[in-house]
Amino acid sequence: MENTVKDPQKLPGWGIDANPENDPTYPMRERMNVSQDPDSKHRPDALQPVDIELLKTIERPNVSAVFGEAAPPTGLSGMIRRFAFNYSESHYGHWLPLLLADRVNVVEGVLEDLAHGHVPNIFAEKGYKVEWEHNRTAFVTKMATIALVTTGAILLLTRDKDKDYKRKKNSYKLR
Amino acid sequence: MLAMDYRGPKRVRATQKPMPEIKHPQDAIVRVTRSCICGSDLHLYNGNVPDTRVGSTFGHEFCGIVEEVGPEVTKVKVGDHVIVPFNVACGECHFCKQGMFGNCHESNTQSSAVGGIFGYSHTAGGYNGGQAEYARVPYANVGPTVIPEGMDPDDAVLLTDVVPTGYQAAEMAGIQPGDTVVVFGAGPVGIMAARCCWLFGAGRVIIIDKEDYRLEFARNYANCEAYNFEKDMDDPVVFVKKTTDFMGADCVIDAVGAEAAGNAMQTITGRKLLLQAGSTTALHWAINSVKKGGVVSIVGVYGPTDNLVPIGNVLNKGLTIRANQASVKRLLPRLIDHVQNGIIKPKELITHRIPLEEVADGYRMFAAKLDNCIKPLIVFPTKI
Repeated sequence: MENTVKDPQKLPGWGIDANPENDPTYPMRERMNVSQDPDSKHRPDALQPVDIELLKTIERPNVSAVFGEAAPPTGLSGMIRRFAFNYSESHYGHWLPLLLADRVNVVEGVLEDLAHGHVPNIFAEKGYKVEWEHNRTAFVTKMATIALVTTGAILLLTRDKDKDYKRKKNSYKLR
Repeated sequence: MLAMDYRGPKRVRATQKPMPEIKHPQDAIVRVTRSCICGSDLHLYNGNVPDTRVGSTFGHEFCGIVEEVGPEVTKVKVGDHVIVPFNVACGECHFCKQGMFGNCHESNTQSSAVGGIFGYSHTAGGYNGGQAEYARVPYANVGPTVIPEGMDPDDAVLLTDVVPTGYQAAEMAGIQPGDTVVVFGAGPVGIMAARCCWLFGAGRVIIIDKEDYRLEFARNYANCEAYNFEKDMDDPVVFVKKTTDFMGADCVIDAVGAEAAGNAMQTITGRKLLLQAGSTTALHWAINSVKKGGVVSIVGVYGPTDNLVPIGNVLNKGLTIRANQASVKRLLPRLIDHVQNGIIKPKELITHRIPLEEVADGYRMFAAKLDNCIKPLIVFPTKI
């Protein structure tokens, strides 16, 4: 690959937006004439009704005029999220529980699917079809690693502890 | 309606969901005609953005046809085909009045740092996004902009985020005619940023990434120099210094954000263990390779503050290191002109068209950089 650059000044639009004053993008208070905005606390006339459970940052006094309702807090993850919103965005207590809640929420999502009689198709949801088509070696390596780790974990968890104990005991006897 | 449905890290599907409803007098319901998967969506997809709840629909890059409007909507009407900027912005608050539509104070209850963003977790307002047949669009008098006569919707959909973000990255870099600019990251935004640097009169533009196919694309699309940090150099910072007569670049753009490769420690602590705001490798390189008195422009998205510096909030709040979410609405008139005059050709970025039903494959393809994917476009059953 060669880095041969054509004369940039012949490119369409070269220098078309050059700003002779090199004016920073922000703050734009002077440019937009709002440096002493008397209406800085202005709120829209209409507010979206709060008809769902909405978690609110403690860094502002009110609810914004509109908000999303993608997935209100539910279950154990919801409890963790409510706890997180006791802390400001400047605190570990806010972000770390939210990350934990997200992971708990994934398990809740699977359980919810099963409760509705739907077995999630993990293979399809992870888009493994295209990985198989376009990146087969990496895909096979990944699957083999997962299988190996899973088998190892199962063997470790299901090993016969009595047998281990007896083996140890016998080895003591031999001494 | 059919919609993308987040089920957990690296798990999504298309599923039937209830139709969105008008919740506020300035709401509109839009039937989506084009929607993209954005590099920023991959932060959500990988489970790196806190408060990304199972059941959410992603998608902040979309355009569509207005199907229904609230009683106070006057600027668009049913039947208009509109570009929907990724920011949810009221247009009237203290910040919107400064053109900071990415920092609206009346669109996000769940965080004070970032404004509302479609389909971008509850941290960004909890809105469902446009990777769905229909989407609720609040403040329809402010954001949605009618696609001009004759503009290809494939061009229009990229004006919702990629083009303005790339353009604003170059704008914030404060480029003086003749300046040398380094762009870290050859994803769609980095490529667009490199292209836009020329519009501000750059004298030399260098883009650095680790994927050869993206570098080749950038070299052709943005007419810039392109280098692979794994193959062409030992250390990107030293490379930039050497190639700028040991001064450093005049301006550096970080178009990577939290998913940066190139540093094992950052990858483990930032991307895998989530102990800091993602991997900040590109930001380190940007700060260290710019010259003294130079400008670092950040558009790469970073996570929250489990480390010492809340760099994500520097971006989200638009603080003066020159970093911000793009203020799409402010930039749209000029960018529409550029597209119509053939100066910027956004749709050339689109490399893949994925049916909504196969959205999981689209995410996997984009995230794993399969099949030389630069920009995937989601297509809908009724193509317009």
